[in-house]
Amino acid sequence: MMDAPASPVLSVRNLSVEYTTTNGVLRAADGVTFDLLPGQRFGLVGESGSGKTTTALALMRLTQLPGRIVEGEVMLDGANLLELSDERMRQMRLAQISYVPQGAMNSLNPVMKVGNQIANGFKDHIDHISRSDISERITQLLRSVGLDPSVSRMYPHELSGGMKQRVAIAIAVSLGPKVIIADEPTSALDVVVQHEVMLTLRHLQEEIGAAVLIVGHDMGLMAQFATDIGVMYAGRLVETGAVLDMFDAPLHPYTRSLIASLPSVNERQRLQGIPGLPPALLDLPVGCSFNPRCSDVMDVCHQIEPSFEEVESGRWTSCHLYQDSGVVR
Amino acid sequence: MSYLLEADALTRVFSRGIFNKTENVAVRKISLGIEEDNPSITVIAGESGSGKTTLASMLLGFMRPTSGTIRYLGQDIYFLRGDDWRAYRRNVQPIFQDPFEVFNPVYRVDRILMQPAKLYGIAESDDQARELVEDSLRQVGLRPQETMGRFPHQLSGGQRQRITVARAFLLKPKVIVADEPVSMIDASLRATVLESLRELKTELGISIIYITHDLTTAYQIGDSIYVLYKGSVVEAGNVENVVQDPSHPYTRLLIGSIPVADPRVAWGANLPIGAATSDRQDAVSGCAFAPRCPEAMDKCWNTDPAHYLSHDNRAIKCFLYEDLPMVRGDELSGVMGSESSAN
Repeated sequence: MMDAPASPVLSVRNLSVEYTTTNGVLRAADGVTFDLLPGQRFGLVGESGSGKTTTALALMRLTQLPGRIVEGEVMLDGANLLELSDERMRQMRLAQISYVPQGAMNSLNPVMKVGNQIANGFKDHIDHISRSDISERITQLLRSVGLDPSVSRMYPHELSGGMKQRVAIAIAVSLGPKVIIADEPTSALDVVVQHEVMLTLRHLQEEIGAAVLIVGHDMGLMAQFATDIGVMYAGRLVETGAVLDMFDAPLHPYTRSLIASLPSVNERQRLQGIPGLPPALLDLPVGCSFNPRCSDVMDVCHQIEPSFEEVESGRWTSCHLYQDSGVVR
Repeated sequence: MSYLLEADALTRVFSRGIFNKTENVAVRKISLGIEEDNPSITVIAGESGSGKTTLASMLLGFMRPTSGTIRYLGQDIYFLRGDDWRAYRRNVQPIFQDPFEVFNPVYRVDRILMQPAKLYGIAESDDQARELVEDSLRQVGLRPQETMGRFPHQLSGGQRQRITVARAFLLKPKVIVADEPVSMIDASLRATVLESLRELKTELGISIIYITHDLTTAYQIGDSIYVLYKGSVVEAGNVENVVQDPSHPYTRLLIGSIPVADPRVAWGANLPIGAATSDRQDAVSGCAFAPRCPEAMDKCWNTDPAHYLSHDNRAIKCFLYEDLPMVRGDELSGVMGSESSAN
């Protein structure tokens, strides 16, 4: 997908976010670089603390203190989101780039009817929209996420988790954005409901032609939903590529162990975890952050941090195994 | 066959309101048995609201069943006194989903581990206790120097969770009731923790009741499985059989919905095509799954099916199998017992 001729709808370059803590400054996202093409579903995976949510929030410019976006560029439709005025950015959110938060059950206002929460977006972003137009759009939206239009008169507590998550998706697509960012949209849901919700999201995304950035740690979900995958480790992207390539022939040793650690429903085997622990961001190893856990570690890994390079067409990784020569080992 | 821990027709009803009482049957006549001489991993699988956590609370003696009995070494746990009660408490240990909703946030995490080490006489001195605690922390992939001395809120969900698994390691009980022990842990560590649960079984002979919604991990470490839907066991049998060839329409839906970690396998390819059914959860007098069941027959709406016993020794609560011999709910543990001893 990366080498497709279409031009990216979202282009992220060298995005870095720092948090100031009492023990020092840590980089939760470090030099994150990737492109999102129209219609693409890009899965950002990694362990907790790897910087996935930090990256997602930074793209929306929702990073809050003590976090700060320290450098980088987020190009959406020719504009660098990081340089827009607050007011202009507010207008971009929902209309151009929307967000489905983690655990939508907590993101809805408990004392406001669902319909009014959806209507907020229309009232705010579309001038002089009529009341009947709004209610017609709400009915359509609810139908499109598989909910009965009567849900608009309900309060969030009257809905199940899956229904609330579908309301959150309805809000996210309500203005036909170019990019939808979904942060673990189904992590609190049962597997059957997860399937239903993700099918809904995929269907709507295809219908409006948006690109989706989905954040999560469930590789099964990613395998099924994403067209492309980006793997994060200790704040950095370590590998990106098309989903089939990543599962068939992962390049980075971390991606390899991540895929090897996946339990299967077809074969019972010994579960292989990844030895060791992710590093503390305040105390990163010198060189490559993955070097203490890496099975292919070399001398250079302890000295030089590998850069993020395209080592094959459409496949980027930051690992010394593939560097300098430009040829895969 | 003697059971270490046995549940006999457990039912738990929650009622609400004083004048207009509404009753919610969270667990309906569930029986299961954990054999004494045959350490096993028994999976209780179900979605939220299926009653799996209520069942766990009852097995742990935290919640009294509305009816039915729980026996530890043949004795009703509510008749245990003194040393017998302490033996049950020590030997049947919990691992919770988010332990820090029950543990005290004002104490450092050391206390959660050090206290039981001393209380149950596992360690004779503070130094020895500390050593044992550090060993158990390493066993679940935690660095003692980064965990000891911290407060619960200073640790991530995954770290906190591993501390309770470490606690179970430390106490070496006979049965562990683990309620979603890995749901808050990252995939790479999940494998490590699950593998250490399996080691508890194979190396220390500890039986585990593994309560989960995740059938993939259940399949990887489980021996037998009970699938719950709205408080009832809808299918029970050997894990291999149930996961590879689910019989009950609900089990089929559950297993068909799993996102397989292989981009070449289509998601939900084995599911009947139709609209989302999870919103249809109205109460019916017959089979609780009828409103969502693609194969529901007329009688399913009015009559609750019994369990029927299939050729591979699994119990299925569904009229599709009514030609098979019937098995009473309270005989389920017997079915499962002969199942695991046959292996």
